[in-house]
Amino acid sequence: MSVTRPDPDALLARVQDEEARQRRGKLKVFFGAAAGVGKTYAMLEAAREQRADGVDVVAGYVETHGRAETEALLEGLEVLSPRVIEYRGATLRELDLDGALARRPALILVDELAHTNAPGSRHAKRWQDVLELLDAGIDVYTTVNVQHVESLNDVVAKVTGVVVRETVPDSVLEQADEVELIDLPPDDLLQRFRDGKVYVPEQAQEAVRNFFRKGNLIALRELALRSTAERVDAQMRVYMRDHAIAKVWPTTERLLVCVSPGPDSARLVRAAKRMAERLGAPWIAAYVETPAQLRLPAEARERVSHSLRLAEQLGAETVTLPGETMSEALLAFAHDRNVTKIVVGKPRRPLWKRILLGSIVDTLVEGSGDIDIYVISGEREEPAPVAPVRRRASATDWPAYGRAVAVVALTTGVAWLMFPFFELSNLIMAYLLGIVVVAMRHGRGPSLLASVLSVAAFDFFFVPPYFTFAVSDTRYLFTFAVMLVVGLVISGLTVRARAQAFAARLREQRTAALYAMSRELAGTRGVDDLLKIALRHISEVFKSQVAVLLPGTGGALAPWSGGQFELDANERGVARWVYEHRQRAGLGTATLPGASALHLPLIASRGAVGVLAVRPADPHALDEPEQLHQLETFANQTALAIERAQLADEAREAQVRMETERLRSSLLSSVSHDLRTPLATITGAVSTILENGARLDDRTRRELLESVRDEGERLNRLVQNLLEMTRLESGAVELRKEWHSLEEVIGAALSRVGPRLASRRVSTRVPPNLPLVPMDDVLIEQVLVNLLDNALKYTPPTSPIEIIATATDSAATVEVADRGPGLPPGEEDKVFEKFYRGRTDKGRGAGLGLAICQGVVRAHGGRIWAQNLPEGGVAFLFTLPITGAPPPTATDG
Amino acid sequence: MAEPAVVVVEDEPQIRRFLRAALTGQGYRVFEAGTGEDGLIEAASRQPDVVIVDLGLPDIDGLRVIRRLREWSAVPIIVLSARGQEPDKVAALDAGADDYLSKPFGVGELLARMRVALRHRARVGEESVESTLSVGDLQIDLGRRRVLARGAEVHLTPIEFRLLATLVRYAGKVVTQRQLLREVWGPNAEDQSHYLRVYMAHLRRKLEQNPAQPRHLLTEPGVGYRLLTE
Repeated sequence: MSVTRPDPDALLARVQDEEARQRRGKLKVFFGAAAGVGKTYAMLEAAREQRADGVDVVAGYVETHGRAETEALLEGLEVLSPRVIEYRGATLRELDLDGALARRPALILVDELAHTNAPGSRHAKRWQDVLELLDAGIDVYTTVNVQHVESLNDVVAKVTGVVVRETVPDSVLEQADEVELIDLPPDDLLQRFRDGKVYVPEQAQEAVRNFFRKGNLIALRELALRSTAERVDAQMRVYMRDHAIAKVWPTTERLLVCVSPGPDSARLVRAAKRMAERLGAPWIAAYVETPAQLRLPAEARERVSHSLRLAEQLGAETVTLPGETMSEALLAFAHDRNVTKIVVGKPRRPLWKRILLGSIVDTLVEGSGDIDIYVISGEREEPAPVAPVRRRASATDWPAYGRAVAVVALTTGVAWLMFPFFELSNLIMAYLLGIVVVAMRHGRGPSLLASVLSVAAFDFFFVPPYFTFAVSDTRYLFTFAVMLVVGLVISGLTVRARAQAFAARLREQRTAALYAMSRELAGTRGVDDLLKIALRHISEVFKSQVAVLLPGTGGALAPWSGGQFELDANERGVARWVYEHRQRAGLGTATLPGASALHLPLIASRGAVGVLAVRPADPHALDEPEQLHQLETFANQTALAIERAQLADEAREAQVRMETERLRSSLLSSVSHDLRTPLATITGAVSTILENGARLDDRTRRELLESVRDEGERLNRLVQNLLEMTRLESGAVELRKEWHSLEEVIGAALSRVGPRLASRRVSTRVPPNLPLVPMDDVLIEQVLVNLLDNALKYTPPTSPIEIIATATDSAATVEVADRGPGLPPGEEDKVFEKFYRGRTDKGRGAGLGLAICQGVVRAHGGRIWAQNLPEGGVAFLFTLPITGAPPPTATDG
Repeated sequence: MAEPAVVVVEDEPQIRRFLRAALTGQGYRVFEAGTGEDGLIEAASRQPDVVIVDLGLPDIDGLRVIRRLREWSAVPIIVLSARGQEPDKVAALDAGADDYLSKPFGVGELLARMRVALRHRARVGEESVESTLSVGDLQIDLGRRRVLARGAEVHLTPIEFRLLATLVRYAGKVVTQRQLLREVWGPNAEDQSHYLRVYMAHLRRKLEQNPAQPRHLLTEPGVGYRLLTE
């Protein structure tokens, strides 16, 4: 056998496993075959050893059953005071979970893992308490007997005849880091039992006596030993995997178990679990919903949902498959998912039915190809207790039966009219038509009635002797039989077609509802709007009131304001638990079932984003796994949508932060540079004159002074722009719009820039008939001054500048064009950004001028843009909208 | 006649210092005040020919200084103010100031304004309004209602003429829109500023070589108009 290097994925999985384990507390289980083997004793001994090693140990809940040697061991250990619950007059003691979490020891002892908590506790089962303790990072020692292991439950029941109702899911035990088998030979245990050293509740004396028989004890011991051995086996496999000691089994195995409404379904699930475990294969529990099954009584449907829930607890993936026939749907699914083995129950159809309609197993085997089919005996078992579900009495639809009778009467009337002219066989056709009509409209019962009535009426009215049910010619009996069978078959087929259509419609509705919601969510932005949509859809589809809780800024969960019902303190507590543990709880679940609503965590890729609370109008409406799955799908969609919205918000915020950061830094760099340069020039020039005043010739002094004046003006423009920008951004600028002449404003801007334009040829093209334009003349003058400044800055000193104004009825356009180098392609828009500076060796200006222009023009409702001109240079254009008619002007000839 | 006297009401010592240097060099006697109250005392005691007032003073605002000064004196007042405060300038002009300068300004500009102000003050004493004006390529004779642009006679409508006449009367000084509207169209037209735009455009088209780059009829956005004389 060649030694291969470990597969990186497998290694990663193991590392992740270990990481998760390091965060969690460690679970050690003291495992025994029966009560009295000394599990509690062994646990306490181990705890004392730990304490001697300096570990912080607390006895969370230990059942000594008054045994002296056990109590002696408890002495000296810190014991957590139990939570005392008054329930129907009885005083119950339970593990104080909150107390334990608050005390936070390193190791806690919790006896009797399979115990069922008193009503009103947070969790229905003690093992759920233990899981929470582990999640909190606390190590747990606990005890469990073999008959409490979920998957062994039915085996134990079969061996001992005692059904144990308190079970622990195998998954919990599989999480144990250590399992210590406390073994005692059956003879010794029996001796202890006879010595009264085994605790026996008063009321169960007789049952327990039956239980403690040698045969039972041997069988239980074997079970305990075997399951421990299997565990050891699994550990060895992990070890082999870690050390890459080849593959032990083909990982391609996949098991599919078919859940049926039959009473042996749970047994089948458990058997499949054991089989999957032995194979080390993933397994799937499937329920095929054929049209026929839609009519199942509530009891049978409950059994199905119970089996599926059980399979889920045992670690299976569960699916509900819609299909015409069971075998077809199963095989299609099996091929789809590369299933290698299918487990089904032994058919319990009577032989005649099997011959007539075929057996599921036969069709499965026929179509299975290379899939193995395992048929497991369908021995009845006590149905496991399920949460009491209010039966929905399917009221008999009396009017439908009435209408069936009416249809037969009508058909008889028609047949009566036909009777003189037609053969009897034709009358039968009329009746069959009537049966089809009834079957289509009213379903199975009425159509059966119609079939029987039709035969009776036919006999009574049309078969001699007339008006009696007696038959003279016995050949008619055959006619009746055929007529009845044909009628039944037709009604059966029709009803089935109807049911199929109904089932298809139902599925389609669910899918369509989900699709409708996701489509609407996809087109929506903002958490509030998303939630509004999600709540509306969920409340419609599940006929419930829906509320959402979201974590606030401090991380504390708070109800979202748009919820459809008020969450009291109790419900909020449930929601908090759900949010922290990312598991559903509340109505219809094992955790905090007293809540009025079902709480689902909204889990997205980055973790829980909130909690969905659903209060159905009918408290049991969500008990079916199918409904629950559907609801979870809706919750997932909602969670993903919320996360998407949050991510978008975060991205936007980050963008804004970045933008602000960038602005701040460019402001600093530009301001510091642009203020310092002119100041340096001024200081330098002036100090030169001060120091060397006499020695400077007139021309030099004049040059120096001129540069001081120019730099002063430059500083002034810069400060002016900074102020203007600040005013624009703070919204302090108030537009004082009046009807102005563009010509006048252009003229004013040109004279303000005045002397600096001296070397330029400035041409203006302003048509004389240009209308007045509503604007703030001071601001628009500033725009023009800035555009002219810009042209002066970026073009050679003698290149021309052109200003062109045009107007339409709705807007005026002003263009300032130069013959400079133009803008680098693609930067036509960038130039309007704050602190943008074009490529220039002069490095002048803070890059605010054009940003101010944009601000002003936009405030006027106009648009400003730049475009490179084909003949060279760049044109800056802005528009000013002309709204309303200019006021009339008196003429004087 | 003695050298003209100037009172400078300005709280910034640096600006006072450079004004004193510039104006003394030009033959003015300069008296300084750092606050509005001091400025009013100086104006009363020195009998100045021109008062320069900064609008932003530490004690009372420049506008009140102008109003109180106008209660008993017709002395020309030139206001110093920052750009972007056009409404303040208009208020100061309406309160009786003769002209304004935006900070920062060059001394050349200030001296030109002062010259105009002094000329107008001299004319008030003469009682007879000078009716002819020759600026660049314009010749205006108000008495004979004749206007020549580049040697060619220009026909003006009555309103155009009244508008031009008003500007000529205040030649060199800024005239606020309100003042123009009142004097040309009457007190009821003070808000009809678009009249001004239209008729100023007409005037420019008739008098200026390039109405979009005027050399005589200047617009001061947000404030008013000025007929440039130098």
